[in-house]
Amino acid sequence: MDPTHITPFVASVQNVFSTMLQLPVTVGDPAIKADPNQSHDVTAIIGMSGDVVGSVALAFSSDTARRVVALFCGMEIEPDSPDFADAVGELANMVCGGAKAGFPDTSRVSISVPSVIVGAGHTIARQSDMPCVLIPCETDCGDITIEVAIRPAPQPVNDNTAAEASA
Amino acid sequence: MKILLVDDSKTMRNIQKSVLAQLGFTEIEEACDGQDALSKVKAFAPDLMLVDWNMPNMDGLTFVKTYRQEDKGTPIIMVTTEAEKARVIEAIKAGVNNYVVKPFTPDLLGQRIQETLERAAA
Repeated sequence: MDPTHITPFVASVQNVFSTMLQLPVTVGDPAIKADPNQSHDVTAIIGMSGDVVGSVALAFSSDTARRVVALFCGMEIEPDSPDFADAVGELANMVCGGAKAGFPDTSRVSISVPSVIVGAGHTIARQSDMPCVLIPCETDCGDITIEVAIRPAPQPVNDNTAAEASA
Repeated sequence: MKILLVDDSKTMRNIQKSVLAQLGFTEIEEACDGQDALSKVKAFAPDLMLVDWNMPNMDGLTFVKTYRQEDKGTPIIMVTTEAEKARVIEAIKAGVNNYVVKPFTPDLLGQRIQETLERAAA
């Protein structure tokens, strides 16, 4: 995976958490996701389209998500409240929005509205040919994982070239 | 001073309301997307709008373009995660008066609101 599509997430998660939550984030070494069955309790997923396609997930344990949401909203919110998912989704939205602004200048990328999964021990299934990089993050609220599964969009086939190649 | 907040995230609307309250603005209406905003804006007649970009049903840019066909004067601040220069230019061309990138500090949002209102009053 292109490192220029990974490093912007490191800067963005630190910026979002320090600005909105006053919560410093220590980022570990990104690595290819080895265990496809790695589970989480709360995950926000955002799709990317345009020059870069795929998805990005911000994943938490239940306790970490509760602490992070409490900091963000200024009050405790129960995980079964719609406001809990809203807060987690908005954090993911800011992390992805900030990251895509750090992609190479030529990239034109759109992000989807976030989807949030709240449920103990869920796993994230993706296309098997889509590489996924894990970015481990440590905070005083607990560990957070960013799963980045994106790649440059396939270039459109030039019809003339295809015709010439088949002739 | 009446202010319309347009954002699909209730969390972000609450944060913005808190900043506005600190600045002394309490007459606030909320909309959860562009369509909702269009349905409320005429009756509420805001003096300022804070509009998110990425929302379901109708995004903020489409809302601004639609609204500007009727009203060229009411100041609009785009408050969004869209930080690329091309997006900022696109928003300004659509009729946005000022731009705040999320994440923001309360001070920054407050400053942009004040400067937007001052420019509109000049």
